[in-house]
This record gives sequence, C-alpha cells and structure tokens, in this order.
Amino acid sequence: MTPFTTLDGKAVPLDMANVDTDQIIPKQFLKTVEREGLAKGLFYDLRFDEAGNPKPGFVLNQLQYAGASVLIAGDNFGCGSSREHAPWALLDFGLRCVIAPSFADIFYNNCFENGLLPVTLSEPLVRKLMDEAKGGNHVFSIDLAAQTVMTPSGETVSFEIDAGRKEKLLKGLDAIGETLQHEGEIGTYEYKRSLSTPWLEARA
Amino acid sequence: MSGKTLYDKIWDAHVVANEANGETVLYIDLHLIHEVTSPQAFAGLRAHGRAVRRPDRTLAVADHNVPTEGQARGVGAVADPEARLQLETLGRNVKANGIEFFPMGDIRNGIVHVVGPEQGRTQPGMTIVCGDSHTSTHGAFGALAHGIGTSEVEHVLATQTLRQRKAKNLRVTVDGELHAGVGAKDIALAVIGEIGTAGGTGYVIEYAGSAVRGLSMEGRMTLCNLTIEAGAKAGLVAPDDKTFDYLQGRPASPKGGAWEMAYSYWKTFFSDPDAKFDREIRLKAQDIPPLVTWGTSPEDVVPVTGSVPDTAAIADETKRAQVQRALDYMGLASGQRIDEARIDRVFIGSCTNSRIEDLRAAAEVARGRKVAAHVQAMVVPGSGLVKEQAEAEGLDAIFIEAGFDWREPGCSMCLAMNPDKLMPGERCASTSNRNFEGRQGRGGRTHLMSPAMAAAAAVAGRIVDVRSLA
Ligand code: SF4
Repeated sequence: MTPFTTLDGKAVPLDMANVDTDQIIPKQFLKTVEREGLAKGLFYDLRFDEAGNPKPGFVLNQLQYAGASVLIAGDNFGCGSSREHAPWALLDFGLRCVIAPSFADIFYNNCFENGLLPVTLSEPLVRKLMDEAKGGNHVFSIDLAAQTVMTPSGETVSFEIDAGRKEKLLKGLDAIGETLQHEGEIGTYEYKRSLSTPWLEARA
Repeated sequence: MSGKTLYDKIWDAHVVANEANGETVLYIDLHLIHEVTSPQAFAGLRAHGRAVRRPDRTLAVADHNVPTEGQARGVGAVADPEARLQLETLGRNVKANGIEFFPMGDIRNGIVHVVGPEQGRTQPGMTIVCGDSHTSTHGAFGALAHGIGTSEVEHVLATQTLRQRKAKNLRVTVDGELHAGVGAKDIALAVIGEIGTAGGTGYVIEYAGSAVRGLSMEGRMTLCNLTIEAGAKAGLVAPDDKTFDYLQGRPASPKGGAWEMAYSYWKTFFSDPDAKFDREIRLKAQDIPPLVTWGTSPEDVVPVTGSVPDTAAIADETKRAQVQRALDYMGLASGQRIDEARIDRVFIGSCTNSRIEDLRAAAEVARGRKVAAHVQAMVVPGSGLVKEQAEAEGLDAIFIEAGFDWREPGCSMCLAMNPDKLMPGERCASTSNRNFEGRQGRGGRTHLMSPAMAAAAAVAGRIVDVRSLA
C-alpha cells in the first residue's frame, strides 16, 4: 500500500450529505475483477447525463477543480454498500483525502486498507473549508504525522485520528502481514475452539 | 463489575490477540463470499503467495449478478460478459482453494444471507463476515455479523481473523403488540426513521422486547438486515427456542450428542440482566403503523396513511434543500399524500424480504386479486430452496394467477446488477433495503415497504394501506 504522509493539493467541495457508495461508484462498474481503472465510474450518475455527456453543473466536471486531490463532503460520507470499489475509484481519480463531518463505518475502514485518508472535522469547520475551497486554485496542505490541515488562508486545523490507523497509513503497512505475525496465537486459538465447539470442526 | 452484553460475550469469545494500538485480532467463524467482492481478494492472495487458511469455514454463492431466468443453462449462457467473467472467476477461485460453493442453478444457491441460515451454517455465538453490508442479517441468530470490504475479505481468507475495534452497545427495545398488517420491516423502518441513517454509527444494536421476541426467525432476519441502514456495525437478537427450532435438522447444524453440546453453549449467549448499554432506545409496538419510504434515504419514512414532507414547513435551509432534492428525484410534490403515488413496478425479493414467510405474506394479499394493468410486478425468491418450498405450497400459482412474474433466485433488482432494473422515472414498490438514487436502475424511484404492502401496491397500482384492501 502506498504510504500517506503529507499531501498538498486542490480541494473540491461536494456539498452533499449521506453520499452513498452507490453514488460514488454505481453498480455497473462493479463487474470488474481488477482494482484499477475505476475512475471512469466515479460519481458516474452525477458526472454524466444519460447520453454520457459531462454535466457542467457537477463540481468534479468544473475546470477549476481539475486535478484536485482532496474531497470535502457532507455528513455520513460513504454510507450504504460495503463495496471497496468506492475508495478504489476515488484513488484512481486522483483523490487521496476525504474531509467530512462523519463517515460510515465500512467505508471508513476501507479507506485505511487503501492509503486514502479520511479526515473527520466538525460540521462548521467542514463548512468553512468548503468555502475556502470554492473557486479552486487554492492549495490545502495535509500533514498526517502532525494531524493538521492547513487551509489556503493559512489557518491550521487539527484533526483526531486513531494512533494505530495513523501508523498504518504513514508506513503503508500490509495488515495481513502484520496479522500473520500472530500465526502462533491463531493456531492456539483454533486448537482451543476445536475442543469447545467441536461441531464446527466436524465439517469436511 | 456489571454484567456483559450479548455483544461483549461474543467478542470476548473470539479474541485472538490485543494489539498495543487498540486493535483486536478477532477470530472469524464463518466467511461468506460471492462473485462481486471476492475476485480482487483472491488475486491479492495469489500475488503474495498466500493460501486460504480455513476453506472449511468459508462458503461461496453466486447471487449478486446472476440472471433470474434460465439459470439451468449455466454460467456460459449468462449474456453479460462482465458478469460471466466474475461468475467464472469465482468458480475457479473456489475450486483452486477447496471452498464449498453452491453455483448458479444449484438448488441450494441463492442470496448469501438467505443461504447461510438456511443451511445451518449461521449459528448463535458465531462471528460471521461477508463482503456485503447486509451481513448484519445473521445477527438474528445471536451471531456477530457484519459486512467487510474486499481487502478485509482477503485478510479473512488469509488469516481467518479480522482486525477490529470494539463498538459500543445500543439496545433497542420494542415492547407490546404489533397491529395487524405491521411486521418486522415496519419495526426496522421505524427504528431508522427514529435514529437516522447515521444514528447507529459506532454501535452494535441488540434488539429486545416482547415484539422482537414475537417475531419469527425470518422477521428477525429482516430486522437485523436493515440494521446497517441505521449505520450500526451489526444487529443482534439473543437466541431462544425459536432460534434452536429453526436450526434443528439443517444440513450444517450439529447432530446427536453434538447438538446437545452446541445447545448448552448457545444458551449462554444473552445479555446479563445487569449489563450496561451505552445507549437505550424504546419503541412501543402499538405506535408503529405500516411504513413506506418517500425519499432517497432509508430514514425518509412516512406512515402509509401520511404525507411526504412539506418543504415550506422546514426552517433549516440546508435541510429544506435536501428534502426538495429528494422530492424532485422521486417525482413527488411537497406535502402530497404518499398513497397518491402511482407505481409502475413491484419488486418482492432481496435478502431483506425473500424468505418463505415473506412470500407467504405477499401471496396472502395477492390471492384472488390481480396486479393492476399498468404495473409490472416480479417475485424473486431468496434461494432455490425457498423457491421449491413456495412452489410446494402453491404460492407460485397464486402469484402467477394474479399476474406476477415468478423468477429464479438472486439479488436481482435489489441492486440491479443483472438485467432486472428500473427505467428512468419508473416508480417501484420494493421490499428491498435501499432507496438510494439509481439503486434499482438509473433514474429509478424506489419506495421501500413490507412484502404485504408491496403486494397491495401491485394490486392497487399505487401505494396503498394493505389494511384498506377490500
Ligand atoms: S439482496 Fe441486495 S442487499 Fe442483499 S445481498 Fe443481494 S445485493 Fe446485497
């Protein structure tokens, strides 16, 4: 996984609450056996009309936000389906950080598996950041180690993040590799369980 | 020291290791997989030269993008090449790793959350995960069950564990008697309407109270299924005699002496009387009417006898704009009665409401009636076995006679990855779980409701109170 340390980039304000993963990446793009190439489906129904032409009113189609790497959104971002295609599509599009007042659980977890940084800030702060992002061509600076977002106006805002998850992003750790260091304990656990719930073992 | 909740007990029984960073390596008893969220996980394993640790604790089905007709012709006959590739990829992956698999067309195949319980693979006190958010369904058996992303699918395949942080405990108690025509779906929608789609975030919800005890296993599955729509990690109902009766004689249920042993183990899974919950919510069953959703979020609920929100009455500007946007999308006028909404399609199915009891409830309404001329209605049983059972009871004949389409099992129009989908602007009475924009087809308008209400809507050609059908 690509580590996440610092990020300087444009931010795009998506002023919508309850953005669900069906919106982030609609179902027709889930029929893939790859992780890459999902950018084309990101926010598809919001970005394109029925004929497949870009909708000029949608923020991600506006020139001033081209190349943005930060997405600022409303409450409960990423709710709904567990599809990890959502963070994959955001990353494939070039977005590396999402800032919102709150995130849905599964989406939040999925971010950390993929080097996408979810930043939770209070509603008024998110609103303020959205205002500053408007018009594009401003740079936001995010420093994960320091847990700060520096806005274009120079204000520095701190955010909370779980220490373990922060470490994982900073180092780009492979969770499976980490867990496999507990292989002995997993084996011991399985042995004990085979005695206490033997009927679960009986299956061939 | 206060007692433990049901969630605490299941958690404690599965701790393999506690990490310094606050994560717990939690053992997973059962891992359900399907074609859409597993291919990248298997590819990841291969790339790292890792094996599936416990194929025997893994079960695969093909459900998300299978067509609901002509399944006997096999995967090769699936028209959509991308869906076919996913189905074939799953077939290859399970074979290479020795995982039990019910392929498309096998009578045991069906929606993953219908199949697990039906086979007896889902049992009390277990930890269960699947790359699908409605895994919360299995909580109906007193199992800790939740959805995971594909990286976590890979993690579980490789280690049979998951790195987790403990959630908080929320108890929802529903006491009293439900009115006739009101069921599990209405309780679930009432809870979501009460706490909102993010109201459960960070919690595991335990459902308790006499109205919950009174629900059948199918009803409890519907209730736990929709827990994710309240944002909670998982939903739980403590196991009781109904649970044990349901499990008796299922293919994967323990038999003989093992049953006795399992039975005494399962009975330890309940919240201690002095257990502390971080939050409590109480609802009275008699206050819950038949509910339908009017908007594009499952929290947008309204009694079927009520009206959609009147935007003029909403003071908060952001909120008003949100409601207006949802009404526009849904093609509804501010403040209009919900039972004036004319429908085009009806979908009875999905892991929320496609079990035998759901089909019985819908058939009861459909019996001797006709689907309105302008409505296209379909019934998609949750599994091949549900379909077989329904046919043995003659439910298929009732539906067909009434003008419903009787389909083969799968997720179908719940997420519309297969050919079953809404056309732009079409309005659908649906027993599924998500009314998001475009969920059932681009531009499609979804109203969530119970199977009985959906069948009533099919007959009336509009949203209607099932209790008012002549
Ligand atoms: S029926 Fe719908 S919610 Fe249930 S598993 Fe299938 S797609 Fe997911």
